[in-house]
Amino acid sequence: MSTIRRYHAAAWDEAIVFELGAPGRRGVVPPASWAPPSTEPSFAPGLRRESPPALPELAEYEVRRHYTHLAQQTLGMMGVSLFGTCTMKHNPTVNEQVGARHEIAEVHPRQDPSTYQGVLGIVHSFEAELCNLSGMSAFSFQPGGGADAAYLHAVITRAYHASRGELAQRTQVVTTAQAHPCNPAAAVSAGFEVITLPIEEGGYPSVAALKAVIGPKTAALMLNNPDDMGIYNPHITEFIDAVHDVGGLAFYDNANFNGVMTRLRARELGFDACMFMLHKTFGAPKGGNGPSVGAYGCSEELARFLPGPRVVKNGEAYELVEPDGSVGRVREFLGNVPQVIKAYSWTRAMGTEGLRTAADISVLANNYMEKRLMAIRGVSMSLPGKALPRLEMTRYSLEEYRVETGLTGGDVQNRMTDFGIDAFWMSHEPWIVPEPFTPEAGEMWSKEDLDEWIDVLEHVLEEGRRDPELVRTSPHNQAVAQIDGSGLNDPETWAVTWAAYRRKHAQV
Amino acid sequence: MTGSAHPYMANSAAGSMQALLDVVGVSSAEELFAQIPAAHRGDSNIVPSAGIRSEQQLRRMLEDRLRGGISTESHVSFLGGGYWKHYVPALCDEIASRPEISTSVWGTPSSDHGRNQAWFEFASQLGALLDLEFVGLPVYSWGCAVGHAVRMAARMNGRSVVVVPSNLDRERRLVVDTYCGYSELNGAVTVREVAVDAATGMISLDALAAAVTDEVAAVYIETPNSWGVVEADIARMIELTHDSGAQAIVGVDPIALGSLASPADFGADILVGSIQPLGIHLNAGGGVGGFIATRDEEVYARQFPTLQVSIAPTTREGEHAFGLTLFAQSSYGSRELGNDWTGNSVYLWAVRAAVYLALLGPQGMHELADTVVANARRTAELIDELDGVSVRYRDSIFKEFIVDFSATGKSVEQINAGLLARGVLGGHDLTGSHDGLDGCALYCVTEVISEDDVHHLLGALAEVIAA
Repeated sequence: MSTIRRYHAAAWDEAIVFELGAPGRRGVVPPASWAPPSTEPSFAPGLRRESPPALPELAEYEVRRHYTHLAQQTLGMMGVSLFGTCTMKHNPTVNEQVGARHEIAEVHPRQDPSTYQGVLGIVHSFEAELCNLSGMSAFSFQPGGGADAAYLHAVITRAYHASRGELAQRTQVVTTAQAHPCNPAAAVSAGFEVITLPIEEGGYPSVAALKAVIGPKTAALMLNNPDDMGIYNPHITEFIDAVHDVGGLAFYDNANFNGVMTRLRARELGFDACMFMLHKTFGAPKGGNGPSVGAYGCSEELARFLPGPRVVKNGEAYELVEPDGSVGRVREFLGNVPQVIKAYSWTRAMGTEGLRTAADISVLANNYMEKRLMAIRGVSMSLPGKALPRLEMTRYSLEEYRVETGLTGGDVQNRMTDFGIDAFWMSHEPWIVPEPFTPEAGEMWSKEDLDEWIDVLEHVLEEGRRDPELVRTSPHNQAVAQIDGSGLNDPETWAVTWAAYRRKHAQV
Repeated sequence: MTGSAHPYMANSAAGSMQALLDVVGVSSAEELFAQIPAAHRGDSNIVPSAGIRSEQQLRRMLEDRLRGGISTESHVSFLGGGYWKHYVPALCDEIASRPEISTSVWGTPSSDHGRNQAWFEFASQLGALLDLEFVGLPVYSWGCAVGHAVRMAARMNGRSVVVVPSNLDRERRLVVDTYCGYSELNGAVTVREVAVDAATGMISLDALAAAVTDEVAAVYIETPNSWGVVEADIARMIELTHDSGAQAIVGVDPIALGSLASPADFGADILVGSIQPLGIHLNAGGGVGGFIATRDEEVYARQFPTLQVSIAPTTREGEHAFGLTLFAQSSYGSRELGNDWTGNSVYLWAVRAAVYLALLGPQGMHELADTVVANARRTAELIDELDGVSVRYRDSIFKEFIVDFSATGKSVEQINAGLLARGVLGGHDLTGSHDGLDGCALYCVTEVISEDDVHHLLGALAEVIAA
């Protein structure tokens, strides 16, 4: 094993912002009004705020230092982060700088479209590129994330069946146990009932199981492929055909697009709609949880239901239109436009050949990791021997290790952060294997990074065999020690605001 | 990849790629795609385009496409409509740009401690402004916050109607309609409009009393409302709502709360609104972000569809960390049994808002609200003095107001075209949005509008109207 990095996170013992500063201090001072002074109060006495809001009072440098400390106490992707199902990749700085230009950042969405043709043109070009990659006819960037795109699909499914007079009958959406939880959740939020197909012996649901549950009540199928175990359902076209035969729509959650870029096009598989995550697969930063974009693509037939405003090209001009059968909105305005522009930039930088290379590397790197990880005692993989070689992810299990040492995946995850390795993703619900972990190598990280990640895992597993308490009580080199989460779900103790904390924890 | 490596992919260097191939034991990556049936492959249908590996050329391509675009920086802007230009302090940009924060993924309460603390400070400071102690991490937008809040209320009381003002901004109204669903399916909520009194620009109390029947799950009110008017009888509206057992959801502008009492002080149950004014750029519409807040009561907390972090002790004496609370009621934890759905949202904006509120503080928020209302009312007064132009409800507005151009004989479209030619982005056209608004526009004035800007507008308006 190579040498393990000596790492320690910044640990500033940083106070809560309310504990900093002193009465009367100022950070940013707003301008006074230029209006002549008025003798009349602006608002009736009963409407006015009687006491100032209980906000902190800090000098500007104190605010800067405080939030810089908080940034330093955040690992983010500054170590190695192989966070599976999220496709972490390089977020080029040039895109951040271009996105901050006034022609994007200071545009009001209610400006006349003629005034920001550059922005609209890029949005339109990127839509064309996603159509090229997916075979779809149109895209909406309005959904604020992948889950919101799943919701948009459920919303468009409603409108589609309503337009045919069949909505009262078509009340069911079919999904799979390995589909992201947002798919069934979004379907239920739109009013549908959900049927979840189990994973069978080969690693995916069977056509027979699907056919047993679909029929005149079926509104849509919503699933991913490959799934989060890197398993590709080779019968996917039979799934789609069967759903179409009973009158339903098929939605492709392309969350796991990275490994199949330039090889699979959703429309040619038969899907009616698909979704790409621009904040993951297309190189825009994740921001801790957004601003994100679930780019929703669909067939010509469904395009008339898309939310407005849509960018269309009329001669040389880009215009904003409302499609004639539009569902309206799932969110205000055009979407997270700067993220769309960053994704466009990333896609242009990559080119088709670059996308191909990225898919190749992400699958190759995953198989490289699999070789090394499967040689580590205590690590096993989901559905061993099945569906090989896996695509861009493989799901592993630390169950053997837990039986051996009593340590869980969570313990190992915590200890790995002591070496600058960001927490791995375990698994979305439901867990197919116990003590799961799901690294995703992606195309950015170097072979040395992948080796470091694996070396640290191996090192931590050995530490746990020698000294289980060291791992169980970790982290020891992080910004703060292990959280005591025992009160997080107790209304007597939880506190999502400082005011609630002060009230519930009287010693403060 | 032919030629040299791509800068975004370390293993595209030939030697690195070969090292991986050697260990895996294949001669090319293509061999690893054996799971995909040949008939599924679409490779040949993609129209190829060349990559741009030079950052300089990439930047140039983007800048060439953007250059010359008009924005609220190049022109004086009076656009609003629930989406407002306020000053963004420099520090908001600096902190949000830090790569630890902007690239953070998920992490643990220890490894992403700083970001989690910033989220907690967002919720805490916003809660201080709202006078509420339970604040979720942001949802996609204000409209989405309204939609989720209505669904929370309907789950709580099992009722199926929401009352909304007839003048609700179209963008938010369309989102609310979507969230309320279709009557053929489960969980649908019927949207019932309550009339606005044309004389005051406020919700008619009589109409509200008639609208709030025992089927009503929630009443949604905004103050300032979509016409910019601060509702004078907010306390009475909340009381009417509670009298019928419905939940009172109120939409607020956080900037206004520097001077206005929080509707929570009058008994509002769920507050929602936009976080965009709190240090977030307009971003051509990509700055939207919403919040949902309630009293810290379990009956409400159990209905939140958001994630939120709670302060909690660590194993080290006297130390805190911040962990997800009530995760199991989200769709991440419970799939279709969770509250609505949860996914990536706009959490980087929560960090911006935390920095913003810490910079402004109590005095800054108070002064800002006073400046905004004074600038807006003075501008309204001056516009109202123009021949053929009148401003509605100008003594009861906060920062937006309706300007009626109908007596000029010119449409808002014509006026805005004339203003644009004179360097001004005129107000948002309200023609067709509601009875009695043909020829009207919604103007927004905040602290960023100077006296010179207003004189520029007045001069331009006079020319355009006379032309």
